[in-house]
Amino acid sequence: MKTAVIVFPGSNCDRDMQVALRRASGIEPVMLWHKDTAVPAGIDLIALPGGFSFGDYLRCGAIASRSPIMRAVADFAGKGGFVLGVCNGFQVLLETGLLPGVLMRNATLKFHCRTVPLTVEETQSGYTHGYDKGERIALPVAHHDGCYIAEDDVLDRLEGENRVAFRYAEALNGSQRDIAGILSGNRRVLGMMPHPERAEDPALGNTDGARLFSGLVAQAVSA
Amino acid sequence: MKARVHVTLKPGVLDPQGAAIGQALSASGHDGVKSVRQGKVFEIELEDGDRAAAEAKIDDMCRKLLANTVIENYAIEVI
Repeated sequence: MKTAVIVFPGSNCDRDMQVALRRASGIEPVMLWHKDTAVPAGIDLIALPGGFSFGDYLRCGAIASRSPIMRAVADFAGKGGFVLGVCNGFQVLLETGLLPGVLMRNATLKFHCRTVPLTVEETQSGYTHGYDKGERIALPVAHHDGCYIAEDDVLDRLEGENRVAFRYAEALNGSQRDIAGILSGNRRVLGMMPHPERAEDPALGNTDGARLFSGLVAQAVSA
Repeated sequence: MKARVHVTLKPGVLDPQGAAIGQALSASGHDGVKSVRQGKVFEIELEDGDRAAAEAKIDDMCRKLLANTVIENYAIEVI
């Protein structure tokens, strides 16, 4: 599986994502700068990393979503490519319109930086087929703006189409229906607030995120 | 030509920051605050030209960047 990681000014999880994708795929990820305008041929997955792109100016992810590389990422997604957005990357996906809804300031007004319990809600995707439906896992979160909000009909559609990938097992940030991660209609785009790339190395004491990456590699091989 | 754009949360959208500001006002002795909703103001300077065209241009800016119309309303004031 060939992968690319987008780097925006203010990204700070790009190297963690690079390490996770390299370890899972055995192939060095391509790092793309926000001013790049094209995705190299042969890429299977693009990852949008966590961080504080453009200092969270205007709205989290708003400026990054208008950067030149995001037009290429949207084209890539439109052709059925895999796009993973974690934390700030999830915010960028929503601002780009690749996923519905918005992420607002945590209802608690606190920056939550800890490992939280999650439920894997949906396993029919390249990202989550390595987990069991309903499985309880734990992943780190580190965000101030992770309160997921959408219109009721959007929430109902997400649930009806089994596009809620992860849910907080305990209320965390005010997210509607405790949503922590959602899939696109074609199940190729995943946005999530928790950080799987911070939980894939045994040295860090938690490998609950590793199956997301190994699952992606497995489905890319079988595709 | 100058324009002022007000971006505010739509009614019903939870505004924990506004609520916290309201509590801080009450805590600092300002009585009678029933609620606070916070938002943003942008002051935009444009090259002089047709007023209607300027309004249309700013409306486009609002829809494409300045406001997230899922949760926010905007109002344009050409001054």
